[in-house]
Amino acid sequence: MEQIPILRIGDCLLVSIQVDMHDRMAINLQDSLTTRIVETNARGVLIDISALEIVGSFIGRMLNNIASMSRVLDAVTVVVGMRPAVAITLVELGLELPGVKTALNVDRGLLLIRRQIDDGAEHA
Amino acid sequence: MNVEKTLTFPVKIGEDVVRLRQVVRAEAIAIGLSLVDQTKVITAASEIARNTIDYGKGGDVTIEVVNTSGRRGVKVVFADNGPGIVDMEKALTDGYTTGGGLGLGLSGAKRLVNEFDVKSTVGHGTVVTLIRWKA
Repeated sequence: MEQIPILRIGDCLLVSIQVDMHDRMAINLQDSLTTRIVETNARGVLIDISALEIVGSFIGRMLNNIASMSRVLDAVTVVVGMRPAVAITLVELGLELPGVKTALNVDRGLLLIRRQIDDGAEHA
Repeated sequence: MNVEKTLTFPVKIGEDVVRLRQVVRAEAIAIGLSLVDQTKVITAASEIARNTIDYGKGGDVTIEVVNTSGRRGVKVVFADNGPGIVDMEKALTDGYTTGGGLGLGLSGAKRLVNEFDVKSTVGHGTVVTLIRWKA
């Protein structure tokens, strides 16, 4: 069974989606990511979708779910690398990603996660 | 409308949707659709395929390259023998769903293509047709 690798970088988890996922793969990713957040005490989740040629409502819902689940587990989710054509299509499709933070690339995504964690620490 | 090319296969499981996306992409590229238009028609087809599986209990999809008065397009037709759509007006409304989805399938897909048609008979099934023309 194909699986999307989840890499650990410091206190963040990095997921780079490189294949056209069918539904079961997306659901597996959701499950294994939540497990890994708890196992590794991750504070941030970075999801790279730069290889995805389309993002429909199913993947959109998966990204929303991951963001909500990680928030409950005290981790910040940032989606990076969305292609311009995908962004245009998502907006026309009417898919909003409330609660999903986005950044243009992995570097900016990691910065955003770092800032969010630091902000959270100040308010604690 | 002339049909240049046609291919039919079943859509019953998630892997079929992946295959559908690949076929639609190949035809969209072949007729020279822009990257944005390719993405739109693939996304629309993918959304409807999911409806065919989730609500229509699976069906068949036909992908055609068509032309009329000098312009070419990709046409995708989904046919299932599922329960049909009881309230078409609601089904075409953003955010309406009888399943667990986001309710964007039909209404969202409609916005992504140039021509969109749904014919449904309760108890007999649903046929969804979409076309994206080369601009």
